[in-house]
Amino acid sequence: MEQQLEQLKQEALQKIEAAASVKELNDVRVAYLGKKGPITDLLKGMGKLPAEERPKMGALVNVVRENVTTSLEEKMELLEQQAVNEKLEKETIDITLPGRPVKLGNHHPLTRVVEEIEDFFISMGYEVAEGPEVEQDYYNFEALNLPKGHPARDMQDSFYITEDVLLRTHTSPVQARTMAAKKGEPIKIICPGKVYRRDSDDATHSHQFTQIEGLVVGEDIRMSDLKGTLALFAKKMFGEEREIRLRPSFFPFTEPSVEMDISCFKCGGSGCNVCKKTGWIEILGAGMVHPNVLEMAGYDPTVFTGFAFGMGPERIAMLKYGVEDIRHFFTNDMRFISQFNRTEV
Amino acid sequence: MYVSTKWLENYVDTKGIAPADLAEKITRAGIEVDTIIDRSEGLTNIVVGHVESCEKHPEADKLNICQVNVGEETVQIICGAPNVATGQNIIAALPGAKLPGGMKIKKAKLRGEVSNGMICSLQELGVEGKTVAKAYAEGIYVLPADAKPGTDALSLLGLDDVILEFDLTPNRSDALSMLGVAYEVGAILSQDVKLPKIEYAASNEKAEDVLTLKVEAKEDNPMYVAKVVKNVKVAESPLWLQNYLMAAGVRPHNNVVDITNFVLLEYGQPLHAFDYDRLETKEIVVRHAVEGEKITTLDAVERTLRAGQLVITNGKEPVALAGVMGGANSEVHDGTTTVVIESAYFAPASVRKTSKDVGLRSDASTRLEKGVDPNRVAEAAERAAQLLTELAGGEVLAGAVQFDELNKESVRILLSPDYVNHRLGMKIPMDEMVSILERLQIPVEAANGQLIVDAPTRRQDLRIKEDLIEEIARLYGYDEIPMTLPIGESVPGGLNSFQEKRRLVRRYMESAGLYQAITYSLTSRAESQSFALETAPVTELLMPMSEDRSVLRQSLLPHLLEATTYNVARRIDTVSLYETGSVFLGTQEDGLPKEVGHVAAVITGKWVDHAWQQENKKVDFFVMKGIVEGLMDTLGLTEKVTYAKANHDGLHPGRTADILLNDVVVGVLGQLHPSEQKKRDLKETYVTEMNLALLLAESAEALVYEQVPRYPSMSRDIALVVSKDEAAGSLIDIIQEAGGKLLKDVSVFDLYEGDKVDEGMKSLAFSLTYFDAERTLTDEEVVTRHDKVLAALKEKSGAVLRG
Repeated sequence: MEQQLEQLKQEALQKIEAAASVKELNDVRVAYLGKKGPITDLLKGMGKLPAEERPKMGALVNVVRENVTTSLEEKMELLEQQAVNEKLEKETIDITLPGRPVKLGNHHPLTRVVEEIEDFFISMGYEVAEGPEVEQDYYNFEALNLPKGHPARDMQDSFYITEDVLLRTHTSPVQARTMAAKKGEPIKIICPGKVYRRDSDDATHSHQFTQIEGLVVGEDIRMSDLKGTLALFAKKMFGEEREIRLRPSFFPFTEPSVEMDISCFKCGGSGCNVCKKTGWIEILGAGMVHPNVLEMAGYDPTVFTGFAFGMGPERIAMLKYGVEDIRHFFTNDMRFISQFNRTEV
Repeated sequence: MYVSTKWLENYVDTKGIAPADLAEKITRAGIEVDTIIDRSEGLTNIVVGHVESCEKHPEADKLNICQVNVGEETVQIICGAPNVATGQNIIAALPGAKLPGGMKIKKAKLRGEVSNGMICSLQELGVEGKTVAKAYAEGIYVLPADAKPGTDALSLLGLDDVILEFDLTPNRSDALSMLGVAYEVGAILSQDVKLPKIEYAASNEKAEDVLTLKVEAKEDNPMYVAKVVKNVKVAESPLWLQNYLMAAGVRPHNNVVDITNFVLLEYGQPLHAFDYDRLETKEIVVRHAVEGEKITTLDAVERTLRAGQLVITNGKEPVALAGVMGGANSEVHDGTTTVVIESAYFAPASVRKTSKDVGLRSDASTRLEKGVDPNRVAEAAERAAQLLTELAGGEVLAGAVQFDELNKESVRILLSPDYVNHRLGMKIPMDEMVSILERLQIPVEAANGQLIVDAPTRRQDLRIKEDLIEEIARLYGYDEIPMTLPIGESVPGGLNSFQEKRRLVRRYMESAGLYQAITYSLTSRAESQSFALETAPVTELLMPMSEDRSVLRQSLLPHLLEATTYNVARRIDTVSLYETGSVFLGTQEDGLPKEVGHVAAVITGKWVDHAWQQENKKVDFFVMKGIVEGLMDTLGLTEKVTYAKANHDGLHPGRTADILLNDVVVGVLGQLHPSEQKKRDLKETYVTEMNLALLLAESAEALVYEQVPRYPSMSRDIALVVSKDEAAGSLIDIIQEAGGKLLKDVSVFDLYEGDKVDEGMKSLAFSLTYFDAERTLTDEEVVTRHDKVLAALKEKSGAVLRG
């Protein structure tokens, strides 16, 4: 009987081994472990054995049954896994096909530049101030030390609405308005916005463009503060390695007035086509607020000083992104705008 | 302003400094040198030649065979210029010579005759045509008789020169003269300035005996000096003088005119030369023009004058437009023998206005309108008189006829070194400040720790302390300014709520698939009010540059649509653009239009476009409505917003809705009217425009979280057949009202219009969700509630339950 049992076990294990599918394996289980299977038969036949042999045989049969069951289970797991793998194999797709497009728009490049500048100065404690695009001559010129007939008015040919009202030629009137409103209080503002000048549109001129200006007024504002602020800004906007230099210039509303150059971000200063071989790129105009401007706005220029700076996002975007024609910013060609959709960090 | 470094050398020593280095120093000190022009660049082997003979080429009408002495030898050169002639000294480019633009001269044969070079015009040497004397403008240049054949022609022509082109800011009109530049360069290089020596022997005859002067417009002409020079021989100027003028971009005419131009460039003081005899009356009267008076100016244009324009007259009629241009009637000509030299101070505003009114800007007016140096008016006239004796054989009458009420005082400015340093954030020693001012030749005295500065009249830009701070700082060097940050209380910066929400709107619009556009505010009158949510009188430019850009917009849509058409015309079929910007309405009390922030969007083409899985969907009304609804959700306004069917010009009458916030119209949304679509070459296009100011002024409620449901909800569906005109919105209203608190949500899940329902009817299906946050609802409760909803629908809309 022991022999018979051993033979049975070998047979069963062989069939388990040979089973190629879950069904076949189930058949094996039914065949050997089922109610009508040989092992059950053996157990049933135990009654005929002498009583003293029964426990030994019982244990033997159980061992065989456990062996077969374990093998069956192991094999079953294997076959199921194979079945799953086969199924997954059939489900294989071409992962090189393009994905379903996520519909996303993006900022206009000028907004991108303006917000980057805004955010830097906000982090430095500036507020964003805005004002009307149609302005009074007073705020656009007179309050900025540009009385009627001033030669510097020629620098900015204007679109007049009436003799006293015009499309603002710069965002500086926002500074004048803010000072007039905050009489006597310290000021730290950044003023972005659209401005207008009487220019024929071409590759480098646009009758409408953007400006962003800053103004700081307080009791101890020094020119070194202007330089330090601009140097930080240049590094943030154009890269850590940027150096700045100031050159004397002229604006009626600042004295002294400067223009700021940054070391060329393309060639690093060795000279290329972006910096026109000079190693430097002119980025913005700035200066110490002219005492007349402070006085007109109700600030005592013997107590208060301030600095102001201004720049053109179009120019910055043209330099940064290599845009060659200012008109691209206002044509709104989807093929142009949609390129400004990703981070540069 | 073109500055010849060769000419400059007469007034200040710049030896040993390369022009590029000089330019860099000047730029860093405050005057931007725009370009450096090396006039001899590319020029080699160009010598003086003497034409010994000149014969017609036997084979070519227009060519001449010239035998030219070029120093060591005489060579044959073929020349096509009409003005070449025997006996001339000319410019010869010999074989091996290089000319600007890379042209190389080689020995050649022209129609069978050998040519050993080329006889040149000035233009061929790179001189600008408009600065070449008229006599040589169309042919070769003829050198003076004393030029030595074989010698270098470049130095003779002053072409061994480097010109610095200054880009002057309006405050630095002092540098519109060679002497002004010399002061600047002298200060930068710590060099003295050598002023011209004015010495000449005057005649015994007095100017006042032959000429009288009456200034009637004293305000506009506080100083007028007239010198009289007799026995002048009008001729070509000496070459050195012509060379300087050409270097400065001025065309030589004759010695008298050239001298006035030379002094203008040297001193910055405009002069004018009248032919004394052609004045006829021996009188000069300066007055304002009478309206309608006429004058023919030197450029042969007859101009009608307006009252108030300043004119120089001979007592009867105008002979010059003061400070702008002379008159043709008193112009110096070849036969002129007696010259009146005018040097005057005309009020800047007057010159500016006249020059603008007549549309004439001259070298004279650009200087006068910025204010010339009051202390150099008389000196410049003397300088011209001297040159007329030296270069035109003139005899200067003693004294001058003059009127002078001009203030020539310098401005005294007191400055403490602490004040300077405090404002700069620097520690410049006082003696360094004194030294800088002295280098600028600005009189300065240090007393009791103060600087007493007398700003010279040639520097009209120096008026207040800050002006001097700039002078000190720019010459001390801006590189020396340290970098600091403002000291003081630090305040938090940031955006105000409008600005913050406007950014939110932009980001939302972009996340919804729209690209940000920026269009022009100026538009045409015809388009200014198209699609406007609100119209008001338009804001119109006084002098537009074109009709297309003549008034300010009252809607963002016309330009957005223009951009859409632009894209579609370039085969970009799917366009989705939005813009935030201002519209301009009417006029407020302060004279300015009301500026209202708007947001607008345009979509056309496909909304879903996923080709390889065949998923394509065109844009429709509900895409745009979804965008608007999403925006309202983002702004927390969903509960306050409703949509009402509407009719607007330019929009599809059946597919347009007003957007209402708290029952006030704040925007519109719809399909572009098919006729508009056709007009703009667009296919189905949907637009929206909203008043951003109103939307953002409404504050959203604080966000408090609602508990995530702990009890299950129950859904019931309703399918209705209603008239086609029945709005889903009103059915939802009925359902919501009847559903009460337990009804959590209603959504439309099917719309059917077709064969299976009667003509004029449609089937609508809704899914209703019932829910109570506190407990699980019982079936009976829901059934009772749902029955009420069905009853309400039947009663209020006449809807028939389907299926």
